[in-house]
Amino acid sequence: MDFKPVLLWSDILLWAMVAGCVALAFYCRRQDYLRRAWRRVGESGVAMASATVLAAFVSIGLLDSLHYQPRLPAQEGKTGVQYAPEVLSALDALVADLRLNKEKTYSAPLATHAFARETMERDGVQTRDYPRLQFGGAHLDDLTQHGSDLASRAVSGGGYGLLLWAVVVGIAIGLMALSRGALYGATCRTVWRPGTAPGRTVAWRAVFVTLAVLALIGGVTAGWAGGYHVFGTDKVGQDVLYLSLKSVRTALLIGTLTTLVTLPLAIALGLIAGFRGGWWDDAIQYVYTVLNSIPGVLLIAAMVLMMQVVIDTHPEWFETAAERADARLLALCFILGLTSWTGLCRLMRAETMKLRELDYVQAARAFGVSDARIMARHILPNLMHIVLIALVMDFSGLVLSEAVLSYIGIGVDTSMNSFGTMINAARLELSREPVVWWSLAAAFVLMLALVLAANLFADAVRDAFDPRFQWRARRTLKRAAA
Amino acid sequence: MSGPDVRSAVAPLLEVRGLVAELDTPAGIARAVDGLDFNLHAGETLALLGESGCGKSMTAGALMRLLPDVGYIAGGSVRLAGRELTTLTEAQMRASRGGDMAMIFQEPGTSLNPVLTVLQQIGEVLRTHRGLRGNAARARAQVLLEAVGIPDAARRLDEYPFQFSGGMKQRVMIAMALAGEPRLLIADEPTTALDVTIQAQVLDLLVQLQRERGMAVLLITHDLGVVARMAHQVGVMYAGHLIEQAPRAAFFGRPAHPYSQLLFEALPDASRHGRGELATIPGSVPPLTTVFAGCRFADRCPKAWSRCSEEAPRWHDAGDAHRVRCHLYDRAELVRLHNPSVREASAEASASATSGAPLLAVRDLKVHFPIRRGVLQRVVGQVRAVDGVSLDIRAGRTLALVGESGCGKTTVGKAILRLIEPTSGSVNLDGQDVGALSKDALRSLRARMQMVFQDPYGSLNPRMRVGDIIGEGMSALRRSGKGGEDGEGEAAVRRLMAQVGLRADMADRYPHEFSGGQRQRIAIARALAVQPGLIVCDEPTSALDVSVQAQILNLLGQLQRDLGLAYLFITHNISVVEHLAHDVAVMYLGRIVESGPVGDVLGSPQHPYTQALLSAVPRIDDAQRVAQKLAGDLPSPADPPSGCHFHPRCPIAQPRCRGEAPKLEPVPGGRVVACWLVPR
Repeated sequence: MDFKPVLLWSDILLWAMVAGCVALAFYCRRQDYLRRAWRRVGESGVAMASATVLAAFVSIGLLDSLHYQPRLPAQEGKTGVQYAPEVLSALDALVADLRLNKEKTYSAPLATHAFARETMERDGVQTRDYPRLQFGGAHLDDLTQHGSDLASRAVSGGGYGLLLWAVVVGIAIGLMALSRGALYGATCRTVWRPGTAPGRTVAWRAVFVTLAVLALIGGVTAGWAGGYHVFGTDKVGQDVLYLSLKSVRTALLIGTLTTLVTLPLAIALGLIAGFRGGWWDDAIQYVYTVLNSIPGVLLIAAMVLMMQVVIDTHPEWFETAAERADARLLALCFILGLTSWTGLCRLMRAETMKLRELDYVQAARAFGVSDARIMARHILPNLMHIVLIALVMDFSGLVLSEAVLSYIGIGVDTSMNSFGTMINAARLELSREPVVWWSLAAAFVLMLALVLAANLFADAVRDAFDPRFQWRARRTLKRAAA
Repeated sequence: MSGPDVRSAVAPLLEVRGLVAELDTPAGIARAVDGLDFNLHAGETLALLGESGCGKSMTAGALMRLLPDVGYIAGGSVRLAGRELTTLTEAQMRASRGGDMAMIFQEPGTSLNPVLTVLQQIGEVLRTHRGLRGNAARARAQVLLEAVGIPDAARRLDEYPFQFSGGMKQRVMIAMALAGEPRLLIADEPTTALDVTIQAQVLDLLVQLQRERGMAVLLITHDLGVVARMAHQVGVMYAGHLIEQAPRAAFFGRPAHPYSQLLFEALPDASRHGRGELATIPGSVPPLTTVFAGCRFADRCPKAWSRCSEEAPRWHDAGDAHRVRCHLYDRAELVRLHNPSVREASAEASASATSGAPLLAVRDLKVHFPIRRGVLQRVVGQVRAVDGVSLDIRAGRTLALVGESGCGKTTVGKAILRLIEPTSGSVNLDGQDVGALSKDALRSLRARMQMVFQDPYGSLNPRMRVGDIIGEGMSALRRSGKGGEDGEGEAAVRRLMAQVGLRADMADRYPHEFSGGQRQRIAIARALAVQPGLIVCDEPTSALDVSVQAQILNLLGQLQRDLGLAYLFITHNISVVEHLAHDVAVMYLGRIVESGPVGDVLGSPQHPYTQALLSAVPRIDDAQRVAQKLAGDLPSPADPPSGCHFHPRCPIAQPRCRGEAPKLEPVPGGRVVACWLVPR
């Protein structure tokens, strides 16, 4: 075999969560009230557009979670297969060019020359000038063609992107027409003009438009990436686009794995405090009040530093650097989870106190149903919408807090790419003249896209699960009436 | 279409023509108000009567242009004093709202802003519509509060809504509505949330204010009693349509539309007691998203024939300015009108007064809730919610526990089931002391008594299927070692559903798919599942429409006859008591003041509170009767009056009543009364 698959702990958890989401989706399909709420999410154009962006990020993250060790070329005098010590992912294999085409040091986006002057010998004379890059624009013999080369690459890349988009959308509409038993043209019309459909429909138009934008951006980027560093390179000459892509997985992991820690704590403690009241309630309230009154960063810093010491004193626990970085990431998730369950717990407690006075809980008590069973069957299902909303809302907060923690140096391992480490590295570069702005800009743009999409999606989810949810009358109707 | 009656030469204050209001719901476009026509003259009250979901409140919303987000006016015209309202801009409409027309809402508790004083809230209206500020506004607000009968108005202006009782809040709402000197007052179920004695006060106030100011009042209600007391004109709404319109006397004397007739027959009262079942209207109001071809009521109408489902009826004249939308009154169909419909009560009275030991015996039950204050949560007082209640119920009998809200009725019910731990006293069920049982022993006894709750929307878990809800009690008791074998459960659920009149295939659905009446059937099936001997019914019909209430009362009566159940029926609705109960106990502020057989107590009440309570109930038969007024509100159970709890409100109180609490003593006529002034 050419490679050896490697399963990091975070991979296992991430794929388990994907499986969990699929299972949850099936559960939601069967539960009538959940299905209707999610359908309302689907009917919202903003939600579907942001879900599409999120899906793009998630697919990058998932590609980056298929890890392997490549086989080293057979060496003389050694039998058996040797594998490289570095752990790569499917994403690394896909964008091998980006990973391997390194420069010496900084270069601006789409540049052909390095960012700093260098002493070099030309025709026997030593001069200081900007050297040509080893990769960026290396194919250009005539530098006057730089502009036209960029334009032609953008056009052809964008063209391929849109072509791919057209094929995908064409197939999707075809499948839709098949499942609805409608004509292809008619399906196109209802997708494109939802107002003409008899009821409210899933906002496919938003999905397709977002996909077109993504395809265009992706196509142009890919077109340029074949010959240039689209986002430039960093201090050690690594491609910033590659670093940004690798950071996506870290952000997703922090945003999702942390909730695995917070949810059980928040739900269990919130339910018990709210339902039992009295002594239980007091104890749990004291715990989270104390936890809340310690500055969060301080607590996290203390725990991260302790954890770092443990990891550093036991190098024998980890076979590769990737495993060590992974362990540190998981520990960070755990620590973030331990300090951020209080908000949801408080919400759960308050809601449980409201629900336990409701008549159906009283009716269950009149049957002598046990407390645990009442909590599991009567209270928890009625809290699930809050849990779902909190989960989606927390995601963006956690992604941002990872960036902050990495920035102050107590985040993920330095060998691990993340938005926070990118920003941290860009910090010093900002003081240069002329300024090196592209690492920061790349991290900023990608993080903005991810967090904005997550927030918009969370808003739509919250609205859809709001029992007082009401559609506004469709504008066409009001106008017709007037 | 024949024009509405024109009894005076004066132009009507409010003219509504062909008003259509629609809602854009996920299920499609719902026509909540469909082609409404009526006139309302100054000084006149038009009552819009109908069941929930028939478009009454949407009508009010459309008149005020205060529709929900999904709603819009799709057509028609509304003219107030000759001015077209539907084409006004929103800014012009704002001047009209509160100024020309004002509205009072059903729930006084939520329609006042809790963080503003009464003066600030009334002052806002005065500033907007009358341009009054400062002392002028204060003086005017005080006049208004005095006009709505709030004592000590000058001081109470600076109080917050929480310092007012429910009835007082509704008076403040009325004062606010009057502040803009409206010519039209829209009252949307203004007394539904109030107790009967308070309701009587508020209705009297409305009548008096209308007389003084010559306002037109559009009264929206589902209560025939309130209509009989207040209305000059009556309009009956059904599925967005006005189906009958008449002066009050004509309407109550001879309701013309089959729907109106059925509404009257569905009302429980003493005259039908024991004679069996109430008339019910099968089915429910059709969804407003339906496109109606014929008469909207045709599916539920006992007199319908083929024409009804093919052709929408037009207005027909039924004499005396009485018009009705029914084919029966078409001159061509006169033959049918005079053919009496076949409808007779079949069931006969049963409910034999089985003598012997009572099934449930409650002795001197007390439930006190401690009031805790301060950091250390010291107990500074007791809320005496239930203060020494004794009851007996024999198998197969119904005891009605009657009283105003806050008197402790529901607490008695829950304490009997030990959902609330009683403070002292004993509850004996089948000779077993419920209060002394351990947790496990109590669990098995729970099968002997069950509860049906007031709000059918809150008493069913929205996340569970109906089959699971009904089966829950059985499975809970099976785990504790009693009950049948496995696999029997599903069959039992099906049997129970059939017993309460639900189709067995409904077991897989969720509660939200059911109407209020069906939900209450589910709740009854859930209680029946464990084969109890006693069911505590806590206002099981107060959230339901009259026609549905009749179905539920019939079901309860049927189950009692078939299964020999005993009911403790907690209610504030006297007419339901008359229909259903064998015995009645009247409760006031945690104590029973009078109890005995239902005919005796309701026929010739002895305790002054019972007398006042009964006379406050609005009746459709003698609307002009002068009610015995009961001043003031229910005192707080945290600080009950000394002696007889009723003495501050009692019209015949003596010095003795203040000092000593009377005991329940038997009086002639087979009942017990707690009053010093009733001859023994």
